[in-house]
Amino acid sequence: MLGRGLLGLYLSVLVLLPVAALLAQSTHGGTAAFWREVSNPQALAAIELTLAISAIVVIVNAIFGTLIAWVLVRDEFPGKKIVNALIDLPFALPTIVIGLVLLALYGGGSPLGIDVAFTRASIALALLFVTLPFVVRSVQPVLLELDRSMEEAAASLGAGQVTVLRRIVLPALTPAIVSGVALSFARAVGEFGSLVLITGNLPFKTEVGSVYIFGQIQDENLPAAAAVSVVLLLAALLVLGALALVSRWRSQHVL
Amino acid sequence: MSSSKLAARIVALGYLALLLVAPVAMIFYRTFEGGLAPVWKAITEPNAIHAFWLSLEIVAIAVPLNTIFGVGMALLLERGKFRGKLLLGMLIDLPFAISPVVVGLALVLVYGKTGWFGNWLIGHGIQVIFSVPGMVIATAVVSLPFVARETAPVLRELGTDAEQAAATLGASAWQTFWRITLPAIRWGVVYGVVLTTARALGEFGAVSVVSGRIEGQTQTLPLYVQDQFENFNVTGAYTAAVVLALLALGTLVAMNLLTRRTRRRTAV
Amino acid sequence: MAIEALNVSKRFGDFVALQDVSVRVSDGSLTALLGPSGSGKSTLLRIIAGLEIPDGGSVVIDEQDLTSTPARNRGVGFVFQHYAPFKHMTVHDNVAFGLTVRKRPKAEIGARVEELLGLVRLVGLAERYPSQLSGGQLQRMALARALAVQPQVLLLDEPFGALDAQVRGELREWLRHLHEEIHVTTIFVTHDQEEAMEVAEQIVVMNKGRIEQAGTPEQLYESPRNEFVMSFIGPVNRLGDSFLRPHDIQILAEADGSGIEALVRRVVHLGFEVRVELTLPDGRDIWAQVTRETAEQLELKEGQILPVRLPAPRVFAA
Repeated sequence: MLGRGLLGLYLSVLVLLPVAALLAQSTHGGTAAFWREVSNPQALAAIELTLAISAIVVIVNAIFGTLIAWVLVRDEFPGKKIVNALIDLPFALPTIVIGLVLLALYGGGSPLGIDVAFTRASIALALLFVTLPFVVRSVQPVLLELDRSMEEAAASLGAGQVTVLRRIVLPALTPAIVSGVALSFARAVGEFGSLVLITGNLPFKTEVGSVYIFGQIQDENLPAAAAVSVVLLLAALLVLGALALVSRWRSQHVL
Repeated sequence: MSSSKLAARIVALGYLALLLVAPVAMIFYRTFEGGLAPVWKAITEPNAIHAFWLSLEIVAIAVPLNTIFGVGMALLLERGKFRGKLLLGMLIDLPFAISPVVVGLALVLVYGKTGWFGNWLIGHGIQVIFSVPGMVIATAVVSLPFVARETAPVLRELGTDAEQAAATLGASAWQTFWRITLPAIRWGVVYGVVLTTARALGEFGAVSVVSGRIEGQTQTLPLYVQDQFENFNVTGAYTAAVVLALLALGTLVAMNLLTRRTRRRTAV
Repeated sequence: MAIEALNVSKRFGDFVALQDVSVRVSDGSLTALLGPSGSGKSTLLRIIAGLEIPDGGSVVIDEQDLTSTPARNRGVGFVFQHYAPFKHMTVHDNVAFGLTVRKRPKAEIGARVEELLGLVRLVGLAERYPSQLSGGQLQRMALARALAVQPQVLLLDEPFGALDAQVRGELREWLRHLHEEIHVTTIFVTHDQEEAMEVAEQIVVMNKGRIEQAGTPEQLYESPRNEFVMSFIGPVNRLGDSFLRPHDIQILAEADGSGIEALVRRVVHLGFEVRVELTLPDGRDIWAQVTRETAEQLELKEGQILPVRLPAPRVFAA
């Protein structure tokens, strides 16, 4: 069918060929060259920083994201609809603008007197902004569908609020939280635009993987860029792959 | 009103206010702090105007392409009969897992002068990298999955009964798609288009890599923001950022209005 | 148009839906495909419609082999269990659809739709949307839609399965009347034996991908070929390898030497019909079906011991 051919062509031009080229370039000089690029001190520092801060950020997201979802679903207050709409702001706002707005309030010259510019805290701040919606939007539908009668039954059997939360609600929400966390992580390790202005991109201090890659491209050091790219890509894919496997296991064993 | 419920509300709203609302409000404040005159001057700057139109031009090409592709892919996934649907789904979602900078790099490796097709392209006088076509491709890649992801579940939920009925009544495959399937999935498609447009407008990393960031020629509005800021032209940067932020808010409004139509489960 | 399915086979993965099935439906007749779920009746119907392709065998309509012809070219009307309405179109546009895709002139379409809406008694609802109709109305719309293009064959897949009991009854009758008016060869699928007996001229009983028996309702009831058909069509008592119809069991007022004594365990009044649950001297339980009058005459009540005459049992070869 002509349609399938065209669709395949589109997918190849945009995704398949570029990814293949990336893999080819990174393995061009063999595994030795790959390791050399990746274990370069500056590259290593960037990768470690990226993974570490992303991990911290997603944990914070898991907590606050669930809390926010809870308040949006279970609580009532004026303006709730607007707040709910705002959750999608990080998806709608360009990343460069995100960096700029954070800088305006939390950077030099801020009315709050806080200045996180050029610090690692700024990385965390930006990543928290861009990954906010993932856990919230993942948990909300599950909370909405959650059968209240389960909680009421537990309460009538004498379970206190905390117990109900711990034993009834959280287990039901865990898959959604995990899903949101995985998506957050994948997004966080690749984030670029919101970091360029606020972090100062200082090697070994605030330079994340994506910024390092960008620098290498500008220096026309494509093999180095490709090697580190593959590392970041693998990190994201591993997490997403784990998520897919866990979801499949759950749907086969829990139902 | 239990105290824990109140506490939860305060913490949640406080978090959102500090992280999301206050920074955005700050930008609007800062932009108009010095009055409207500097803002007007910044908006009418030729490079700013060029960046704005370039952004729109790229979006005007990338979004329709991704829409057609997205609907086609969704049809393939939900109505096609072949193995490897899982793989196809993963490929379509791949852009979500790749950093925009890496997307840019990968495109340079294929279409750049030292890339796989480099010689062929140069030989035919086609410039992809450091030129608008490359930027269009980069934008299309990063915003690829949305229409497919939004349309596929709608197609699945719709079921095939109506389409089969249309077939027994004599409709061709195209007639069935145009008259029966498409009208039924239209809100899913529209929602996907809104998400695609927002992503495409805001794209920074991939376009940054492939464009060469040449002022007045290959600067989109987001790139213009960075350029202005790095050249200490704060008003220029803020103004362009506000334009983008307004477009983003427009997107939010559209997303929310459509939430009810597509029966997504995040309406509260 | 006579329809013939010859040696049709179909499997879905490991599941065998149809195994070498052959059916003949005469021109202008009203036939039911009857069987439990999984019997293959819907699959067979869909293969006749062209919505599924058989693995083996052929479909012949009006002496033309249409096995490899796609659904849209077969001239069959199909009605789905859940109506398959075009939700974004009005009733008028739904019914007109077949004519619209054939690019008929607007005036012609308008007239035909009006005629059909009159036929299915949905006049005045032309501008409504499917979401505003009841189940019964939706099914009538579906029928009108299928008939609009004057199909040579009308196929209905459990057409009344999703409707309330009362609406079901009404529509069954209505389908019979419709068939008498428009003599289109009609096949419908059902798991409800009462429906099949009431509506169809010919019934094809299917089970596990095979045809058990085909015939008129009377033939199937009086001369079932095997225990499946006998149990599926009409009530039955099973005593070991013997099968007895409950209404053939006679309860006598006085012993006349020909009956055996049975204990009345329970008497259930179901309006005109009365069910009497009995225990035979050898301890086995059966139930008999008698009229209200008979029950009154005998003054049936629990605990009575009455003589009972059993009919000649039916036994089927293994």
